[in-house]
Formats: sequence, structure tokens, C-alpha cells
Amino acid sequence: MALLSEEQTLIKDQAVSWVRDESPVTQFRAMRDSGAPLGFFPDTWTAMVNMGWTGMLVPEAYGGSGLGHLTFGLVLEQLGRHLTASPLFASALVGASALMKAGNEAQKTSLLPKIADGSAVVSLALEEGTRHHPEATALLAERSDDGFTLSGEKTFVMEGMAATHFVVVARTEGAAGSLEGLSLFLVDADVDGLSRSSLSTMDSRGYANLRFERVEVREDQLLGTLHQAGGALSWILDVARAGLAMEMLGTAAHAFDMTLDYLKTRKQFGQVIGSFQALGHRASGLYTEMELTRSCVEAALQSLDAESDERESLVALAKAKASAFLHEMSNQLIQIHGGIGMTDEFDAGFYLKRARVLEIAFGNVAYHKDRYATLNGF
Amino acid sequence: MSEALDQFRHEVRDWLAQNFPKSLAGRGIEPFGGVEGEATIPEDASLWRDRLGDKGWGTPTWPAVYGGGGLSVGEAAVLSDEMHQVGAINPIPLLAGMGVTMVGPTILEYGTEEQKKKHLPGICSGKVRWCLGLSEPNAGSDLASLQTKAEDNGDRWVINGQKIWTSGANISQWCGALVRTDSSVAKRDGISFLLLPMDQPGVETRPIKLIAGASPFCETFFNDAEAEKTDLLGKHNDGWSVVKRLLQHERASQTGARPTSNKSAQPIQALAKAYCGSEPDGTLSDKDLRSRIVDHLMHTKAHGLTIARISAEAKGNPEVSAAASILKNSATRVSQDRAELLLEVMGHQGIGWYGDAFSEDELENVRGWLSGKAISIYGGSFEIQNNIIAKNILGLPETTQKG
Repeated sequence: MALLSEEQTLIKDQAVSWVRDESPVTQFRAMRDSGAPLGFFPDTWTAMVNMGWTGMLVPEAYGGSGLGHLTFGLVLEQLGRHLTASPLFASALVGASALMKAGNEAQKTSLLPKIADGSAVVSLALEEGTRHHPEATALLAERSDDGFTLSGEKTFVMEGMAATHFVVVARTEGAAGSLEGLSLFLVDADVDGLSRSSLSTMDSRGYANLRFERVEVREDQLLGTLHQAGGALSWILDVARAGLAMEMLGTAAHAFDMTLDYLKTRKQFGQVIGSFQALGHRASGLYTEMELTRSCVEAALQSLDAESDERESLVALAKAKASAFLHEMSNQLIQIHGGIGMTDEFDAGFYLKRARVLEIAFGNVAYHKDRYATLNGF
Repeated sequence: MSEALDQFRHEVRDWLAQNFPKSLAGRGIEPFGGVEGEATIPEDASLWRDRLGDKGWGTPTWPAVYGGGGLSVGEAAVLSDEMHQVGAINPIPLLAGMGVTMVGPTILEYGTEEQKKKHLPGICSGKVRWCLGLSEPNAGSDLASLQTKAEDNGDRWVINGQKIWTSGANISQWCGALVRTDSSVAKRDGISFLLLPMDQPGVETRPIKLIAGASPFCETFFNDAEAEKTDLLGKHNDGWSVVKRLLQHERASQTGARPTSNKSAQPIQALAKAYCGSEPDGTLSDKDLRSRIVDHLMHTKAHGLTIARISAEAKGNPEVSAAASILKNSATRVSQDRAELLLEVMGHQGIGWYGDAFSEDELENVRGWLSGKAISIYGGSFEIQNNIIAKNILGLPETTQKG
């Protein structure tokens, strides 16, 4: 773990004990079994608001505490450990970043305080196809008399049913295939012409598909510069990727801990299975990979806080490494637990399912490897 | 940067301007005999060794009273930074063989006052090269089963047996040897650590030619070789504690990826484009190779970030940590993957042994690729490091090391 300030240590400790006492994975199981329509318990969300987590990124001037990305990551890591379900990532990190990066003063003043107090849930509506591909955005925003008309579809929108607002990535110029000609719009979730349908996914979390049928938005709902959302979008996506990488590291770290605990307690052939070298070496290899991944993820979060030139490449590295490690760790979690790992009664399946969902979110391993190669000139 | 460090930076800069021979700038270790060492080195190289050694700056953080520089970790970082700026290297760790990285730190920790005064100044000067007699033909990864015996004949230790993989034994003046001093107890409880001179009738060395063509290691034979009674390091029969510590220093010294020569430090992706061709959009034509080079570059970056993170967490504390095993295995992967990828990139040009048909870099790469296979064997093999991680970091029960 990176060196933490006193404040960061307090926040981390708070997150560790809250997740342990109030939101262990049994809570996630209860949420799944209850069929909670939004994919999280409202009480969980209220608790997060009360702890100030929804305002961690939002600047103090807008009702938050402006603590930065590494600090936010400390909480996400703990939530990832026990699969705590909430819109914290989608709204308080990604939604807030969109407003902070692209919003004008009026937009920030009207919405950031509501993100911070939890009364608004702002989610990014980006994807349109089977995989992460911002350049392929085709949802059309055409000029109208007093603003724009939006037509098209969005898929896999996180917390899409709980959201009160969407940051919609739309094409205002040019053709699909480029970040040029994209614009961002801030759209109320209950606006005429916008319909949403809930998706039932294997990780039991909240996602929706959105359909825009000639949705009218005003000029003042344009977020940032017309046609030139590419730069802001790239920042917002990197915030999302780095945050998600930290949540994934938490998920993987817990899967590792469960596995290590099992290696030390499960007996076969008259001895604990962790005394078999094949398994000991596998655990050593996983631990080594976990330490390497942690360095990448922390560096990515720190590069956002420092607005460093290395940001894009460090974020690509972090998301690729976290995805690859969680992939392997979630498979080993099942394999090393053997038959018990296959049962729904045991938690391993939750981690495996969540792993694959997060792996493809905001760019899978191949996507970020390609990006890393391009950034390195080949 | 504190004012004191700033002041120190100026002093270093002035001193380097007056003392570092410009003729050596940017030439790396080559004027000092390279990794295999040479009996004689050119005048400018020996001048630089002597000036650096006299100042104690070849071993900057060691106590000045034993010939070190007496610098703080912060000052040593400034020194290293400033030397880098003028293209100077510190040749003393190379010239002292195993002296600076392993023997010296262990003497500092376990040695008597007399031993420190006798041995450390020679290491600090870069004039006394040390080798280590650890492995034996039948004691490799299972080091504790070593058989080389030392007997007390009253006023000296008399040593008989054979060591193998002794790096630089043929050019070293002193040896730190692990010897059996009691055969009647459990194997780890009857071992001692002796310091002995190499230039004596009872010591014979034979270089071993390796697959890369060079002979960096020797077989070393002790036939009634002698060591002073006062040159027993640590307690009698407690050599296993000494060597465990010594090996921690070894792992710590092997946690970075191997230094490459300046020329081959050209980015691998640039070499790949030159040898294999690229598309109009600048991407490498061979997509499979591209994918594997990205994996390698990502791992290399992750390794560098991990070294930085672990040293930040230790707050500059040079204490060797358990994390060294992770870093050693990770560094091994960085070096070996790079060499394998380069060999593949160079294709037919990458298989040359000698001759004008191949460039110097191409020939160097073949030898480096071959010699690099040793990285996952020496200093505790890849598998031994995994045993250490499993036992010492993860707390899993011991599996293979019995007795």
C-alpha cells in the first residue's frame, strides 16, 4: 500500500470496519436473494451518504470534501472485497468526474451538491455495442430550435434504473469511428422520449439499456464544448478505469485471502493442502502478481491526482493488470476450493461472476494492451 | 529538497568535476574489465577507482571508520544521481566481486571489531575482490547438505572439500566459505562461515565454461587450505544464520532487472519494427509478437513501480525485506522475457555465434540470452524463491526443506 496521510488512513480504517461489520458478502447475498429491483439496498446507499463517501471527490465548494482519486480508491477497494452493491462508483466517482471536468459553473452548482448528498445519481451512458468502444458512438444529437434532439440507444448503463440523470455521449458531428465530433449532454432520467429497461446480469447488479426517441434537450444541458468532448471523455473514462481497477484489486485480494485461508485449513491425505508444493507455488505466483498489480493500480490513481503526463499509459496498465489478475484469481478461487467452490451456497461464484463483468467494463485486457502499445509507439 | 542535501549536491558536483576522468564518461563497466573482470585495468579506470575508494564513496552508506563514505541514504541518492549526470559509474561493487553486495554487509552485521577493521577497508577500496564458496556439487538448492569440512588444528582452521559455481574464484583474493564444523548434529546446526585468503597452496580454482561461451564461475578445491582462527564470521556452528542473512542481501541485490549495455537498451518495440516491419499506421506487422511485447513492457513497468512502492513503504530503509523474493522472481521474468523476445525479433540474424555476418548487438544478445538462463537458478532458484514466499510471507507450512 502506498504511504497514506492521516486522513487517508482514517478513511481506509472506516471503510475496512464498515464493510466488515455492516456490509460483508452476506449482505450481497441477501440483496441478490431479495431480487432488489435496483441491484442495491437503499439502506446501504444511505449509510454511504452519511459517511461522506458520496462527496469524497466533489470539491468542498460544491458540498464535498475534495479528497482525490487515491482516497476514493481506498474505499472502492474495500467495497470490492465484499462485493458491496451501490451506485457509489457510477455516480460519486464517474458522474461527479464528468461534471467536474466538463460542466460549467451553473451545471456544477446545480448538481454536484446533490451527488454529494446522495439525492442525485448521475450515470455515464456511453456504450452502444458488445464491447467498450467510445469512438463507435453513433447516438445522434441534432440541432433543434432551442437545443438538441437525441435519438439512439445506449447499453450496459451502470445503475441505469437508479439514475436520476445521465451523462450521455452523443455524436453531433462526423461519423462513428472517431472521438472527434462527440458531445456530452446532461439528461434527466424521466425526460419525455427516454425509456429504460432493466438488464438481468450474472453479477446481480443494476444495469439498464436506454432508448432515446427524439429526446429534446436544451442548450444549457450541453456539458462542455460542442463536438469536442473527446478530451474530457478520455479523462472521465480514465477516472472510471482506474477506480474500477482498484475495486477489482479489492475483489481479487479477498478471493486470494479466502483461498489462502482454505490452503491452511483444508486437510487431505492427512495434511493441510497448503503443504503441497504445487499449491504453495501457485499461491506464491498469485501473490507476486497481486503485488505487481497493486503497484500499477495505485500509480494510476496517483497519476490522476497529480494530473501526470503518464496518466493514460498508467491507467491502461492498471486496468489491464487488474483485469488479468482478477480473471486468474477468480478461476483459482474455484479450482483450489474444489467442489465446494461450485456450490451456490459458497461465495466463490459471486466473485467469479463479478470478475468477468468488471473485466469487460471500460475496456478489457485486449483493449488496454492495444492502447498501451499505441501509446508506446508500436 | 532540504538545504543540507542541496549543499551536499554542490559539494558532490565540484568533487566530480575535479576527480572524475572524462575519458570514462558513459562507458559503463567496460573499462573495469566487464562482468568477468580482468587482472589489470587501464590507468584512468584505476585512478577513478582509487579516488572514489579514498573518499569512501564506492560504499557510500558504510561507516567511514571502516573505509565507507558515512553518508545518509538521502546523501547517497544525491551522489548516485550526480554521478549519473556526468556518466560516471561506481566500479567498486564490480571490482570487489561479492564484497560490496553480500560479504561486506554481513561482516558489518556479524563481524567482530577486528574483522571489520581487517576486511572492510579492502572492499571499500575496490582492490580486494571476494568470492563466495557456498554451493557444492551435491549441495545446490539444498545448500545445508554441504560437505566441505573445516577442522580446528589448534591454531588454524584446516579446510577440505569442493565448492562449485564460485563466481570469480580465479580472480578473487578472499573467499567467504560455508563449511561443516560438526557432522554429528542436524545438518543446519553444524555449519560455520569462514573467511579465507585464496592465494595459498591449499586452494585451486578451475573455471567452468558455460553455454554462453564464457567462464564466469569456477570449481574451487580446498586441500588442507587454511583460515585464521579469528576469521570465523559469527558463532561457531551458527553459520546457517549468517548465510541466511547473506542470501537475503543477495536477493536484495538481484531485485532489479539486469543492466543491459547502452546499445541494446534501445526500446524493444523500436527493434521489433526495424527487424519485423510495421504497418502504415505505425503498428507492428506481427500482431502476435506485438501482443507479447506489450505483455513484457507492462510487466517491466509493473516491476519498476513495485520496486518504487516497496522502497517508499520502507521509507528509504535499506533493510532487506521479505518482498525481495517477489522482486527477484519478477526481475528474472523481465530479463529472460526480454532476451527471448529479442532473439525472436532478430530472427536469423539472432542466431549468430561470431563473425562479420552479425552485428555486435546481435552477437551480444545471443550470449546474453544464454547466460541469462542462470538468473532463475542462482541466488536461490525461481522455485526456492516461491518456497520462501509461501513460507515466510504467506505462512504456509514448510514442504521441501527437511532436516
